[in-house]
Amino acid sequence: MAKLTLDDLKKIKEKQKATFALREGGNRAKITVHMGTCGIAAGARDIMAALMDEIARAKVEDVITTTSGCAGLCAREPMVTVEILNAPPVKYGDLTDEKIRDIFREHILGGKPVEKYALVIGSETTY
Amino acid sequence: MEKYRANLLLCAGTGCVASGTQEVKEALKEELKKRDLEDEIKLVLTGCNGFCAEGPVMLVYPEEIFYQKLTVEDIPKLVEEHFLKGRPYEKLMFREPEKRAAIPLMNDIPFFKYQVLRVLRNKGMIDPDSLDEYIARDGYMAAAKALTGMTSEEIIKTIKDSGLRGRGGAGFPTGLKWEFASKSQADQKYMLCNGDEGDPGAFMDRSVMEADPHSVIEGMVIGAKAIGATKGVIYVRAEYPLAVQRLQKAIEDCREAGLLGENILDSGFSFDVEIYLGAGAFVCGEETALMRSIEGKRGMPRPRPPFPAHKGLWDKPSVLNNVETLAQIAPTILNGSEWYRTLGTEKSPGTKVFALTGDIRNVGLVEVPMGTPLKRIIYDIGGGIKKKKKKFKSVQMGGPSGGCIPESLLDIPVTYEDIVKTGAIMGSGGMVVMDEDTCMVSTSKFFLEFTADESCGKCTPCRVGTRVMLDMLTDITEGKGKEGDIETLEDLSRDIIATSLCGLGQTAPNPVLSTIRYFREEYESHIRDHWCKTGICSHLCSFHISEELCKGCQACLKACPQQAIIGEKKKAHRIIQELCIQCRSCYDTCKFGSIKIGPPGKKDLPAPVSKAEDK
Ligand SMILES: Cc1cc2nc3c(=O)[nH]c(=O)nc-3n(C[C@H](O)[C@H](O)[C@H](O)COP(=O)(O)O)c2cc1C
Repeated sequence: MAKLTLDDLKKIKEKQKATFALREGGNRAKITVHMGTCGIAAGARDIMAALMDEIARAKVEDVITTTSGCAGLCAREPMVTVEILNAPPVKYGDLTDEKIRDIFREHILGGKPVEKYALVIGSETTY
Repeated sequence: MEKYRANLLLCAGTGCVASGTQEVKEALKEELKKRDLEDEIKLVLTGCNGFCAEGPVMLVYPEEIFYQKLTVEDIPKLVEEHFLKGRPYEKLMFREPEKRAAIPLMNDIPFFKYQVLRVLRNKGMIDPDSLDEYIARDGYMAAAKALTGMTSEEIIKTIKDSGLRGRGGAGFPTGLKWEFASKSQADQKYMLCNGDEGDPGAFMDRSVMEADPHSVIEGMVIGAKAIGATKGVIYVRAEYPLAVQRLQKAIEDCREAGLLGENILDSGFSFDVEIYLGAGAFVCGEETALMRSIEGKRGMPRPRPPFPAHKGLWDKPSVLNNVETLAQIAPTILNGSEWYRTLGTEKSPGTKVFALTGDIRNVGLVEVPMGTPLKRIIYDIGGGIKKKKKKFKSVQMGGPSGGCIPESLLDIPVTYEDIVKTGAIMGSGGMVVMDEDTCMVSTSKFFLEFTADESCGKCTPCRVGTRVMLDMLTDITEGKGKEGDIETLEDLSRDIIATSLCGLGQTAPNPVLSTIRYFREEYESHIRDHWCKTGICSHLCSFHISEELCKGCQACLKACPQQAIIGEKKKAHRIIQELCIQCRSCYDTCKFGSIKIGPPGKKDLPAPVSKAEDK
């Protein structure tokens, strides 16, 4: 990467905002696996592996997975946040290999949040 | 928030932003200004409310009126109707959709509802390994502003005016510390970050370093410019491998992008950072010991003055800031000191991150505005005590330097000033919640064991004093306590506090003093009656089964490792005292609360000889 200037920063910001918003990135869904020490200790790596496996099997290309830090509710790890285009983010907790596969099929492919595993809809206030 | 007549909470979740939150925000700002309502009505951007399909949405407090599908064109009319004429603008009012998924919204769940994220602004949102994602959320914009458009004095003034106080424990004003160092003349200065986090039960700094490493680096870059440092060190304990790995990646990415190194962002300013791994000694979190440790020497504190702002690392002027302190610098530079003060109290502005652990339901990391009552953090956000039938007993704040706060004081707001009045300290943010099954004498002994062990041994009051106190506490928990011990402990505490060299010794007696202050009768019961009523001190209790309450379910009988419990199904069981080792297994197993804790040696039932002989 070449040395950044202020203008470059602004450009990266705009470009990345688009990927965040899913819409312009051409993606339909984004799954964030929370991988702080707490998440990893509770089995987040297995959740990620199961997701990769499901994505490969379903041969979908408009679903992205990404990792992130602790979501704050360490007691309910492993956790993931699922964002589908034009819908609010949904956080799931206490996940297992089986549950994440259900979520993948019903929510990510089917578009319907899995109520029994979901913790909350929305995101926190940053201020 | 009280100052304003109304608060407008405009949703800035990704969904709403995509449908025009930014434009609506600008229009609202302009309209409020035009109508001279700026000082009466506050506009706040919030996280996702879960109504993306109706976005952008806005909630108006105190009326709690919800507006949906806002457009720039609607704004003048809305402001006129609602805020001048005082009647809600019906046209845009939210109507409950026919069918809503049965998943709760953020606002339905106290854990999320009462939090406001500043330090943790990127928590769980960005990939910590991605510099670009950090930049997308305003990352390094503050550094750019500080390096290219602000003087050192301006940066320091902003931080001073914000009232930001160091989050490492003592709450020292950050701007002031920077000012001292900026005024020191030297050919080399250092900007340091304290990621040692040694308090048992604390994990705030780890989480910040893991989830958002760039926020710490950006804070250091700005601090470095303010004090004139060209080198920086992040001191992290080696037990935090993931934090180290992510910080390392972040530093490398920054170097490659020119955000660290020579001539950052073409500003002419140069600064670089490296990581130093600590070996995990608690005392190395103390600033002078930390600097020695970086120099490769044994981590031991030295008397101050000279303060590190004049003579710090390698005897050069240095500033050491905590991880959480540094993570707040960037947004404060970007938004200004006024913004910083919109949350929190006059003397303790801003937010504080707490690591909630212990006997609490929602173990986790939370961020709340300063001044939030303890009760709200423990009961609403934390969800209260984990075990259903157990009552709250105390919350420990400030780790080994802090104290235990009893239930009667839970209404106090969390601010530096208010917490100190209780005998605890704000500390770095560890909050260990304890239920009624906790023995407070054992708790204070636990902390003294920790400090006696971690004392570096340099000064006598700390080295010998904590050991003497620990021995006395051990005696008390073993039934060897004497009349007058409590007074001696108090006396010793005062001496150790007054004469120790560093913060470790100066605060080590706090857990003992605060438990004596609020739970004196427990000490007395241990000393006089040799009775630990919680049954934690195994020498000072005996266990009994209440005949009335026992359902004869045999659960305790199966749990007992000594086979000391006998009884037939559906008939009251009993414990053979000679075999009982006071392990509490039965107590923890019984669902009916039928196991009672009595003073030691109490024999309510003769042991049936035959059964005992079978063994
Ligand atoms: C025994 C002892 C341990 C400490 N441990 C830490 C620690 O783990 N993390 C920390 O940030 N500050 C710790 N401190 C406080 C530091 O000495 C220093 O005040 C702080 O890092 C300054 O940063 P701040 O102004 O941003 O709060 C400790 C102090 C003492 C006396």
